[in-house]
Amino acid sequence: MAERTLYDKIWKSHTVGILPTGQTQLFVGLHLIHEITTAPAFDMLREQGMDVAFPERTFATVDHIVPTDLRTRPFLDAEAEELTKALEKNVKEFGIEFFGLDSPNQGIVHVIGPQLGLTQPGMTLACGDSHTSTHGAFGTLAFGIGTSQVRDVLATQTLAMDKLQVRKINVNGALRTGVYAKDVILNIIRRLGVAGGKGFAYEYGGPVVENMNMEERMTMCNMSIEGGALAGYVNPDATTFAFLRGRPYVPSGEAFERAVAYWKSVASDPDARYDDVVELEGKDIEPTVTWGVNPGQAVGISEKLPRPEEYSDPDGARKAYEHMGWQPGGPILGTPIDVAFIGSCTNSRLTDLRAAAKIARGRKVKAGIRALVVPGSAEVKKLAEQEGLHDIFREAGFEWRDAGCSMCLAMNPDKLVGREICASSSNRNFIGRQGSPRGRTLLMSPAMVAAAALNGQVVDVREYP
Amino acid sequence: MSEIVKITRVTGTAVPIRGNDIDTDRIIPARYLKEVTFARMGQYPFFDERFDAAGKPKAHPLNDPKYLGASVLLVNRNFGCGSSREHAPQALYRFGIQAIVGESFAAIFAGNCVMMGLPTATASASDIEMLMNTVEQNPQTRFIVDIDKKIASFGEQQISIDLPETYRSALTSGSWDSTTMLRARLDQVKKTASKLPYMTGFAG
Ligand code: SF4
Repeated sequence: MAERTLYDKIWKSHTVGILPTGQTQLFVGLHLIHEITTAPAFDMLREQGMDVAFPERTFATVDHIVPTDLRTRPFLDAEAEELTKALEKNVKEFGIEFFGLDSPNQGIVHVIGPQLGLTQPGMTLACGDSHTSTHGAFGTLAFGIGTSQVRDVLATQTLAMDKLQVRKINVNGALRTGVYAKDVILNIIRRLGVAGGKGFAYEYGGPVVENMNMEERMTMCNMSIEGGALAGYVNPDATTFAFLRGRPYVPSGEAFERAVAYWKSVASDPDARYDDVVELEGKDIEPTVTWGVNPGQAVGISEKLPRPEEYSDPDGARKAYEHMGWQPGGPILGTPIDVAFIGSCTNSRLTDLRAAAKIARGRKVKAGIRALVVPGSAEVKKLAEQEGLHDIFREAGFEWRDAGCSMCLAMNPDKLVGREICASSSNRNFIGRQGSPRGRTLLMSPAMVAAAALNGQVVDVREYP
Repeated sequence: MSEIVKITRVTGTAVPIRGNDIDTDRIIPARYLKEVTFARMGQYPFFDERFDAAGKPKAHPLNDPKYLGASVLLVNRNFGCGSSREHAPQALYRFGIQAIVGESFAAIFAGNCVMMGLPTATASASDIEMLMNTVEQNPQTRFIVDIDKKIASFGEQQISIDLPETYRSALTSGSWDSTTMLRARLDQVKKTASKLPYMTGFAG
């Protein structure tokens, strides 16, 4: 069993007790909610006559379903309107702070938590969304939960949980130019498998991760769940503290110094014990693209598409080829695309948009390609506009949208149509994920998406200085 | 939901859905997450695999009349990966599935299932293959999935199944609907919270 890791320390300090079932009752320091997975939870509270135990520890926003172009109410989509209204009613009735459509703090739940400084090291955090692992970038123990668990957190601010094992993943050396955090995490998933993290929390470390900024660390932790790990985290350090200083929900003055002392204390000890350790070399990682229907089915840009037999599940790989419509042995380079999507909680933050804008600057999206940039939050949008990124994108032929999940899961009007192929900076290439049961998704870094948009096909971003 | 329902065994016929890494987007497409309640989820499991764009049924085990009324779902590896949407197990449960037996399950999915009183049990790949072959050849085979004893049986045959001890305990003791159990200790919760420095804004 792991010992003296960040995971162990936070688990211990947040343990309320052991339940009759043998599970641990774990205190949840911060609860984030959005419109999709919460309505039945509030209904259950009402049915059982319960209140929200710690209303000041839950924060709400709307992200999944909101249109990113026309935002006038009522929404054109009557169901979206109804679901949004349900959340608005629930937060009011139960006294929960809400960053609604007209709030400058609205945005994808995993973007706004860190941006506001709500997400802090040494906390437990839960949200009814699997990409809650994102917040682990801060040294937060963060996990996605289902609706019944949302109800538990609302009613008790706790969860019944089983302890995980801890796997340390060291990314050594340095990354080469044109290689991003997205490429690193795609390679980790590729190597360990989409179910490889089952039963584990992932601790990311090593020089590559230590040198990453907070947004890059968020990209890494975000996709822990794609690797099957319920949680992923990076130990908090000077980079973390510098990011948090001055944010709205972070204490200031002497309290900040006390906070830093606490945050430092939760990091894994130098002699911490792990259940497993995995080493990767940064220099071996290329710009990476998924070719199939799960995030583990990925290749480096210069590689050939693998043979199904190279996978532990050749049948699954064959089915993936069938859906995607290409053949093993061919190149991923040059694969034509129809749509380019830059956004999602994986890659919609300021540094992501900067990286994409750098590629798009002074160039044009290939004729016939639908390209959109959807900032992760209203604040990201504002900051990007202050830098003129919106002009760069618009001049190149990208649409510049309002914040939301958008084409990551296509619950709003942004959807693939028919067999369209989308170069996407999001996190899931599952069949049907982007709104068309026959649609196809190629996951890659935002810079790679921008380069693909300009060329109408998958290209190597390293050729764009 | 406040009365105690102990879940110790599930009996009935089974339906196999073959394939590894079946994600929750496939189990329930995101557009159905727009509904404010779970009430209608039973109509939607695997919708895009069961119906084409015009709404015409496609070949799929859940459309196959020979599996009608099955209460046990047989699956392969890493079933339920991806999105945390509880709509996925809700859809299966409301369709009529009362237990899922497979090679392995994704963590959030399995957790969601147990909280709804829907057991997910694992068995070896070869046993799952044998069970799937059995139902495909003889869909009327009746199974007993015994959560308490960790055995699945049909006719004279028995295989051992497994599930985390905490899940087994929650299901068989009727404490799978955890809210009451957690809420009983609110005082304790407040005590734990008071010791966490961020709960007081790091006041000195
Ligand atoms: S951007 Fe995508 S993955 Fe992230 S919270 Fe929204 S829907 Fe989920």
